[in-house]
Amino acid sequence: MELLRKERVDRGIKVRTEGIYAISGWQEILYLLMPRLLLIGGLLALPLILGSSPYWKRVINIMCAYAILSLSFDFLANHVGLVNLGSALFTGVGGYLSAIFSLKLGLPVFLAIPLATLSGAVACTLLLLPTLPLRGVYFAIVTLMYPLLFSRIIEALNILGGTNGLPGVRGFEKALVEEYTVILVLLAFLFFLRRLVNEDFGLVLRGIKDNDQAVKASGINITWMKAFAVFIAAVLGSFVGSYVVHLYMWAGLSLFALDFSVIPIASVVIGGGGTLIGGVIGSFILVPLSEVLRTFGTLRIAMYCIILTIFIVMKSEGIMVYLQRKYHQFERWVKI
Amino acid sequence: MEEIILEVQNLSKHFGGLVALNKVSFSVKKGEIFGIIGPNGSGKTTLINCISGFVRPDEGHVYFKGKEITGLPPHKIANYGLVRTFQIVRPYYSLPAYKNLIVPLFSPRVRKMGGWRGGGKYGDRDAVAVDILEELGFERDSRVPYKLASSLPAGYQKRLELARCLALRPELIMCDEIFAGLSMSEVATLVPLIEKLKMEGLTLIMIEHRLRELFRLADRVMVLHFGEKIMEGEPYEVIEDEKVKKAYIGEEVF
Amino acid sequence: MYVLIYGLINSFILCLISLGFALVYSIARLPNFAHGAIYVATGYVGWLLFNRLLLPFPVAMVLALLFSALTGAFIYRIVLIKVRGMTLSEVIASYAIGIAILEILRWGGLRGMTFMLPVLIPGSLEILGVSVDYQRVLIVGLSAGLLLFLYLFTHHTKLGLSFRAIAQDERASLMLGIDSDKAALLSLSMGSALCGLAALFVLPLGNIVVEAGYSTLIFALAVCVVGGLGSTVGVVAASFILGFTQTLTEKLISSHFQMVVALLAIIGILILRPSGLFGKQKELEERV
Repeated sequence: MELLRKERVDRGIKVRTEGIYAISGWQEILYLLMPRLLLIGGLLALPLILGSSPYWKRVINIMCAYAILSLSFDFLANHVGLVNLGSALFTGVGGYLSAIFSLKLGLPVFLAIPLATLSGAVACTLLLLPTLPLRGVYFAIVTLMYPLLFSRIIEALNILGGTNGLPGVRGFEKALVEEYTVILVLLAFLFFLRRLVNEDFGLVLRGIKDNDQAVKASGINITWMKAFAVFIAAVLGSFVGSYVVHLYMWAGLSLFALDFSVIPIASVVIGGGGTLIGGVIGSFILVPLSEVLRTFGTLRIAMYCIILTIFIVMKSEGIMVYLQRKYHQFERWVKI
Repeated sequence: MEEIILEVQNLSKHFGGLVALNKVSFSVKKGEIFGIIGPNGSGKTTLINCISGFVRPDEGHVYFKGKEITGLPPHKIANYGLVRTFQIVRPYYSLPAYKNLIVPLFSPRVRKMGGWRGGGKYGDRDAVAVDILEELGFERDSRVPYKLASSLPAGYQKRLELARCLALRPELIMCDEIFAGLSMSEVATLVPLIEKLKMEGLTLIMIEHRLRELFRLADRVMVLHFGEKIMEGEPYEVIEDEKVKKAYIGEEVF
Repeated sequence: MYVLIYGLINSFILCLISLGFALVYSIARLPNFAHGAIYVATGYVGWLLFNRLLLPFPVAMVLALLFSALTGAFIYRIVLIKVRGMTLSEVIASYAIGIAILEILRWGGLRGMTFMLPVLIPGSLEILGVSVDYQRVLIVGLSAGLLLFLYLFTHHTKLGLSFRAIAQDERASLMLGIDSDKAALLSLSMGSALCGLAALFVLPLGNIVVEAGYSTLIFALAVCVVGGLGSTVGVVAASFILGFTQTLTEKLISSHFQMVVALLAIIGILILRPSGLFGKQKELEERV
C-alpha cells in the first residue's frame, strides 16, 4: 500500500511576491493588494450599504469599536505575551475621562476624544506598570480585577454619577463624522500595528514573548518595552471608550462591563490570534450576532465564552489563520 | 599588559538551606580565556547568574572595568559590555536566524556605538545581522541565515547564541557550557572561532565540562566544588592538583 | 472591640475563600479564574438540593461539596489538560469558563434576592460584649481547623507531601515519579472543594447572588496578590491584613469602602513589594 502524507507548499504566486522585485505582473500586484483593498473598500462602503436604518448604523459603529479592542488584545497577547483580561479598564477610564472633559471642561468632541485617549492611556499604563516586571500571570490577574473593582467602587461610593452615570455628554455633530471616525481610526490602527509588529521594535516585543531572559541579556530594558506596548494598547482601548461615550452621549458603569473585556478575547480566538486582522473579523461576526441574540441578555457572554473555550481546547487556528493559509499555501498528498 | 577586567570578591548565595556559592573570589585579566570547571552542582551557573545580574548575591561584590555592578539588573550589565550565553539555547522561535540578532542590535549600547564595526548605519539592522552571522560561519550565500532559528541544528544554534552576544560588541563574554551537546565535528568548528575572538581582544570566561577543549583554550582555570573555589591556576597545574582529582574521581578525561 | 472580633471573623472568611485559589496555583501553577463561579454554583446547588429536592441540609451540603470537587476535576480534565503549559490559553480558558458558568447561572434563574442558605446553628452569643452569631463562630472554627488540617496534610501524608514537592519544583517531582497531571487534577478538585466549603458556610450570612461570584474572585485574587502567589503563609497573613483593614474602614468610614480597600491594597503591594508579602519571586528558577 502506498504511504501518503499531506504536504503544505507555498503557492507559486506567494513565493514570487516575496521579494520587492517580484511586483512585475498585474497578477502579483493583485494577489498582494486584493485582500487589503477588499478590507478597506468593504469597511468604507459599509455605512453606505446598510446606511438606511440608524439601528444598523449604530451596529456598524459598535462593530468597529470592538474591532479596535480586538486589535488591542491581539497585540498584547500574541505579540508581547501579556494577556489582558480586562480591556474594559481602558474603555472605562477613557470613557469617563472623555465625559468629564466634555461636561466639566466643556471641550468639543474633536478635542475631548484625543485628550481622553491620551490621558486615559497614560493613566492605564501607570496602573498596570507595577505588574510588568513580574510573571505574566500577575498582569492577567490585575487586568481582570481593575474593571470589576472600579465599577464596584463607582457604584458603592456613588461617584461619577454612580449607577445612573453621567448623561448629557456632547455627541457628534454630523452623522458622517460619527460613522466614519471609528472606521478610519480602525483602519489607521490596523495598518499602524501591522507595520509596528514587523519593524524592529515589534521583533523585540516578540522576543520578549518568546524568551525574555535572552532579551534582558541582550541589553534591553524589558519593563520599558512592555510599558510602551501596554501604552499603545491602552491608546486603542481608551479611544474606544471615549468614542462610545460620545456615541451614546452618556457615560456609565457599562463602560467597565464584561462585554468590553470578553468580546475582544472571543473575537481574537475565533478570528485567529496573531494575525491582527483576525480579531477584526471575529468582532465583525460576534457583534452582529450579539445584536441578533439580544433577547438572551447576558447569556450571550456565556455563549461566547463557551465557543471561545471550545476553540481553545480544540487548538483551532482561527478563521483568519485558516483563510490565510488557504490563500498562501496549497495542500497535496505526497508519497513517502 | 595585565589589566584586570572583572573582579569578583567574596560572592555568596544561598537558596533556602542550600549554599550555592560560598565566598568565591577571583579576577580575570583582559584578553585572557578564564575557565571555570567543577562537578555538577558546584555552583557554576549560579556564579554566572550572580555576575550577569539575573540573581542577586547575598554577599560580595562584582567589579567590571573598575565599576561596581553587583545587583544591577541584567540589561544594564549587558549594556556595560558584559554578556553571557544561556546553557539551554532557546532562540526566538518564530523568527529567522538573522532576525534573532535584531534584539541585541536594538539595545542602547549598540545604538550608542553606531552599528557594527562602523559599517552600516544602525537603522539597517538586517544587513548588520547577516554580517555578524557571516563572521560566525553562517555562509551568506546559503539560505542558512534566513532559516527559522528553531530549525537550525545544534551547532548553528550555539553559534547563534554567540552571535547574540557578539552583536552587543561586548568586552567580556561568559559562556555557559557552550560545548554542551555538540558532536565532535561541531566542537571542532567552534574552537577556532573562540580562538579568533580571543585574538580580537575579547575576554572570555568559559564554564565547561569538556575539559579537553577547555584546557586547550584557557589561559587560567578555576575549580569550584560545592560553591567554593578549591583551586585556581594554569591548566596543567590544576590537573595535577590533588583536591581537584578527588573532586573529579570518575571523570574519564584524565 | 467590635473591630477586633469582626476583624478576626472577616479575616478568617477571606482566608477561607482564598485558600482554594492559592492551593490550585501553588500546586498546578494554574490561576483558576473560575473560582468565583464554583463558589456561587456550589451554593446554588446546595440550595436546590435543600429547597427543591428537600434533602436535609447536612446531606445537601455533602452533595454540594461533591459537586464542587467534581466540577473542579471536570474543568481540569475537559479543558485545562488540553492547554497545560500554554499560559496564554490556560488563563483565557479558565477565565472564560468562570464567566460562562456565572452567566449561565444568572440566566438560568439565579436572579433577585430570594436564594438563601440556612445557617447551621441559628442564634448568637456574646463575646466580650459584642454580639456574634453562631454561624460566624463556626466559620472561624472551620477556617482554623482547615488550616490545621492542611498543614498536617501537606506535611504528614504521602499525597500532601507530593503536593508540596510539586509546588516547589515540578520537574524534580516528575523525576521522582510523582505524576504531576494527577496531582494537578486532585489539587483542582481539592481547591474547588475548599471553595465550595467556603460557599456553604459563608453564603448563609447573606444571599446567593451571581455578583458574589465576581466579588469572591476579586477578594481571593486580592488576598493572593498581597500575600504572594505560591505562599500559604502569605495568604493567611494577607487575609488578616485585609480583613482587619476592611473591618476598620467599615466602622470608621462606611461599608461601601471595602472595595476601595481591596483596590488600594493591590496597588500598594504592587508598588511596594510586587511579588507579594511572602511571595517568592523565583525569577531564574522558574525558567528552564
